[in-house]
Amino acid sequence: MQLLGYEWADDSRLDATFAALADPTRRAILARLAQGDASVTELAKPFAMSQPAISKHLKVLERAGLVSRSRDAQRRPCRIEAEPLAAANDWLERYREALEPSFQRLDALLEEMQGKTTRRRQPKLPRKKNR
Amino acid sequence: MKNTGTLAVALQGDRDIVMTRVFNAPRALVWDAFTKPELLLRWFGPRSCPIVECDVDLRVGGGFRYVMRGSDGCPMGMRGVWRELDPPKRAVHLETFDDYPGESIVTSDFAEREGTTTLTITVQYESPEHRQGVLASGMEHGAAETFDRLAEMLAGVEV
Repeated sequence: MQLLGYEWADDSRLDATFAALADPTRRAILARLAQGDASVTELAKPFAMSQPAISKHLKVLERAGLVSRSRDAQRRPCRIEAEPLAAANDWLERYREALEPSFQRLDALLEEMQGKTTRRRQPKLPRKKNR
Repeated sequence: MKNTGTLAVALQGDRDIVMTRVFNAPRALVWDAFTKPELLLRWFGPRSCPIVECDVDLRVGGGFRYVMRGSDGCPMGMRGVWRELDPPKRAVHLETFDDYPGESIVTSDFAEREGTTTLTITVQYESPEHRQGVLASGMEHGAAETFDRLAEMLAGVEV
């Protein structure tokens, strides 16, 4: 498949994206940046972490292309980059689509198994007489 | 089609895939559906490659064997060895495919709450490269499934 070949040329980039997303602090930083640009000082505030520690996480996010930083302004605000996140999400979505149909068959089966249990019990209930 | 629970897929660390799915049934039933051959035969596997053979020896050290048959007629086999069994809560098995190298450790946790079951399956591959390869083949199956479903819809077949 041509399309897959093209997608897989991007492997290393997806690896970087997923590696960057594997850390809870980095996910929290991204969640904060999703609300708007912020400086390192602003980002460090809600975390019990030093600015250098936050800067380290930011470097990982920057290398993965998930965050960009303005070069000119003195506070160098960080900005979230949506495109790699969308690519990563798209990738997982296709994996999900491969498995979900069998789980939907399982839903139907479980419903049937519970339906049978209900039917077996029904004769014991004197519901019809009462109505 | 009924609006059902949705499978969530996430990557964890550099060689795990974690899947979470909620089912509208007590976990004893979900456990049975995952461990009894007569039930597995009714739902397991991609639609384009349905399961045709299924044997389960539900004991630690015992195992399972599934054979699926694709549209090209070639069988695709997989087997597992149970490492840990705590019905209906938790199962850990070692999984291998006949035609693909590598093995993975699969941990299934069944958590029940108010009559629904949250199933969390963690698949740990031998290496990041192994995980990558499996994801690639999963994507191909995904595309095939989607096209099958589209074809069925266009043909007016009830799904």
